[in-house]
Amino acid sequence: MSAITRPRRWLSDKLILLIGLLVLAYTFVPIAVVVLMSFNDPAARLTYQFDGFTLHNWANPCEPEGMCSALKVSIEIGLLATLGATILGTLMAFALVRHRFAGRSTTNLVIFLPMATPEIVMGSSLLALFVGTGFSGDLGFWTILIAHIMFCLSFVVVTVKARLTGLDSRLEQAAMDLYANEWQTFWRVTFPLVFPGILGAALLAFSLSFDDFIVTNLNAGNEVTFPMFVWGSAQREIPMQINVIGTSMFLIAVLIVLAATFGPRRRGARAAG
Amino acid sequence: MSTLQVAEELEEPEPTELEDERKGGRRYTGYVLIIPGLLWLAVFFLIPFYSLVATSLYDPAGTVFSGYEMTWEWSNYTTAITENWQPLVRSFVFGGLATIFCLLLGYPLAYAIAFKAGRWKNLMLVLVIAPFFTSFLIRTISWQLILADNGFVVDTLQTLHILGPDGRLLNTPIAVVTGLTYNFLPFMVLPLYASLERIDHRLIEAAGDLYASPIRGFAKVTLPLSMPGVVAGTLLTFIPAAGDFINAELLGRPSDSMIGNVIQQYFGGGNNYPDAAALSIVLMALILVMVIFYVRRAGTEDLV
Amino acid sequence: MTTADATATAPASSSEAQTSRDLRLESLTKAFGSFVAVKDLDLTVPRGSFFALLGPSGCGKTTTLRMVAGLEQPTQGQIYLGDDDITDLRPFKRPVNTVFQNYALFPHLTIFDNIAFGLRRRGQKDVDGKVNQMIDLVELGSQTNKKPAQLSGGQQQRVALARALINEPEVLLLDEPLGALDLKLRRQMQIELKRIQLDVGLTFVHVTHDQEEAMTMADTIAVMNGGVIEQMGPPSELYENPATTFVANFLGQSNLIRGEMASGKDGELVVDIHGSKIGVSRERSRVHDGAVWVGVRPEKVYISATGDEEESGDANSVVGGTITDTSFIGVSTQYLVKMPWGQELTVFEQNTGARKVFSPGTTVDLHWSRPHTFVLDANQDASAGVETVDDTP
Repeated sequence: MSAITRPRRWLSDKLILLIGLLVLAYTFVPIAVVVLMSFNDPAARLTYQFDGFTLHNWANPCEPEGMCSALKVSIEIGLLATLGATILGTLMAFALVRHRFAGRSTTNLVIFLPMATPEIVMGSSLLALFVGTGFSGDLGFWTILIAHIMFCLSFVVVTVKARLTGLDSRLEQAAMDLYANEWQTFWRVTFPLVFPGILGAALLAFSLSFDDFIVTNLNAGNEVTFPMFVWGSAQREIPMQINVIGTSMFLIAVLIVLAATFGPRRRGARAAG
Repeated sequence: MSTLQVAEELEEPEPTELEDERKGGRRYTGYVLIIPGLLWLAVFFLIPFYSLVATSLYDPAGTVFSGYEMTWEWSNYTTAITENWQPLVRSFVFGGLATIFCLLLGYPLAYAIAFKAGRWKNLMLVLVIAPFFTSFLIRTISWQLILADNGFVVDTLQTLHILGPDGRLLNTPIAVVTGLTYNFLPFMVLPLYASLERIDHRLIEAAGDLYASPIRGFAKVTLPLSMPGVVAGTLLTFIPAAGDFINAELLGRPSDSMIGNVIQQYFGGGNNYPDAAALSIVLMALILVMVIFYVRRAGTEDLV
Repeated sequence: MTTADATATAPASSSEAQTSRDLRLESLTKAFGSFVAVKDLDLTVPRGSFFALLGPSGCGKTTTLRMVAGLEQPTQGQIYLGDDDITDLRPFKRPVNTVFQNYALFPHLTIFDNIAFGLRRRGQKDVDGKVNQMIDLVELGSQTNKKPAQLSGGQQQRVALARALINEPEVLLLDEPLGALDLKLRRQMQIELKRIQLDVGLTFVHVTHDQEEAMTMADTIAVMNGGVIEQMGPPSELYENPATTFVANFLGQSNLIRGEMASGKDGELVVDIHGSKIGVSRERSRVHDGAVWVGVRPEKVYISATGDEEESGDANSVVGGTITDTSFIGVSTQYLVKMPWGQELTVFEQNTGARKVFSPGTTVDLHWSRPHTFVLDANQDASAGVETVDDTP
């Protein structure tokens, strides 16, 4: 190969990677802004720009009125919704992968549709249900929770199903061959191997629930969740503590994911060494 | 394929579960497991659609508090569409543009992760999903800063004469589409990545062996094989994008409103549930047409 | 219905600690919808023997194995261990263990925990001691705390074996356990497995499509084809006196020449092959009149140039062939000889160096001694069991 073409080939080879990294960087620009603005000392009330550096926001995270209670509500709903969706969704995933039942295509479609429906439509139809059945006065914590479990279900099913289909069924046959009955086989072989999928699904469900606005807003009644609080403040004055919360959420989530991805490997290497 | 795999394929059929035709109880396990979740979806997802249709036929003269009267008001649909055809069209245009941009940006990224990332693959995937963890609203608000009138981006574009001296980005359709593209990018990247990852590298090598240049190899082999991912990603991006209103609200002007904004208004301050419901159904119907078209071609097994 | 009773006796085993019983399959049938994988199988595996189920892919051997393990339910028929009917027992209730084709090692458990699995489920005492002993037996002492993914194929295979053996089952089932290993390692493991089987005295049922492997390791081989057993017996008997064209072609190679049964005195039959008279004993003929296949193994054939005086009274001969191909195989030379009636016969001659090599074009005569002849029913397909390019290796 001539000297001229070699650098050209290196470039074209790396070009795609470069473009990919640029796109990736682009996705982080707003995050950088969020982090930056968490240190912002706003000069004027209605403009959103960086005026001065301060640690005040981090020192007084619950200063804005109603923000921390909204945060609390979001966390509570998030945990409960995660619990509900993960349990129901995991059961469904097992049924889809490991068992036979009639009406498979319909079930697949019903599970897929919530992922494909615009939130505004889901939210409004659920609201229509509550109003139509006479619960319009009861909109609040529980209606939000019901809605969250509903739209998180599909994502849990997809995540767990993916993990489960990758699980070789011959492992369970081997367990039975080695004197494990159905229960023992499930708890000692199936569950440990599916667990990472279930955990991933739970994390996904939590972030979907915590971050949801459109469906929540329509069905919240007088309850206020954190995204609703952010939306409300976007119409008025945006407290910088919002960015503090945003940055914290980001850091916590990234830490969890990194720990899950890279943690077990290091432990394994240490044990074998 | 190794000879072992070939041998395994020719062996007698192996069911994925332990067969036990004599124990009737096992035959029902599937139903026991699927019904709770399915029931939840049926009650809180399917039935609400029925409620939505019912609501769309109520007399718009009522309110939430005084109740609505069912008058089979089909005219709700015609009024809704005639009054709001602009936001409807805008939704599909903005959603469509955002989807195209997501494809243009997302495909190279997905390709890079699938083929060029090597051992950094998992890390890059994490980085794609990571921004997700910050509140969607907060990130969109950040775009207000980035696209602000005297911000870095606008200044640069004005210097490069791409924007006129009075040009703005914020509160324009451009900002709305930018926001939509940004927010729904992962929905495009992940299915694309999943599809690209499954492609056997040796097929691309074979193309090269048969005299295809890298670009032709891509066009003739990789691209067609990644089509399922492209379709899935397109659906998962376009549908929520078309129905979104947050980007329009935060980054656009009232004249940039999308159908989602209208529906939101009707439900909220407008107190016009029947019209809102009618609009929602119109939106959903248009989307369902696309989904059914996709399902017809690809079947349902790959959906979930 | 195929009836094939075991004709081999089990070798004396060195340890009689396990009171193992004979494994008996009665009229065993398995159908998957309309496809019948195993048809009406009758089979007895004497305790302590090394038994091989040999056959091509899709012949039903793995399905049979899985039914014995309890991982498949028979459509019809019974499985007995001694006098006990185990047909309806769940796999975890049978004193039977399996070494799976892909090993099926638990990826989330260490080697130690994998091997200990069966003992722990049965609540045995002194698990640690026994596991360490077994690990030493299969020479994996340095890998105890590793996970399966960190081991090589050969090491994984030994773990799979250890995991099954440690439970001292009455019957150990092996589903093509050596398939994924390279040739040298496979040969090594064949000898290892045979040694272990003789040491522990357990009944081994080994499923394979590799006829050399079966002949090397087994006391008794059952050749399966299309869900039925074609022939069963010690390797030498199957090889030297095949009962069907399938067995004749599947084990090694055979020359099958069409002929017509002419006449016969009490013990000796005479077959007419295209003019030549071939003598064969009655015991080695599966049919006694009409159209037949006369069979002889290529390595039993003696080739001589036409004109050389090499006749012996006890020999069968066919004359006037022309060599069409001579191939040097290392151990032997392979000749293809086209006979006057158009058929190409194969001859293997060991390269002892004592004789010259014949070149293509030479006119030759083929001779073999009478006891090496076998006669099969002409209604059977002469190409049954022959490995073609499309078959799996």
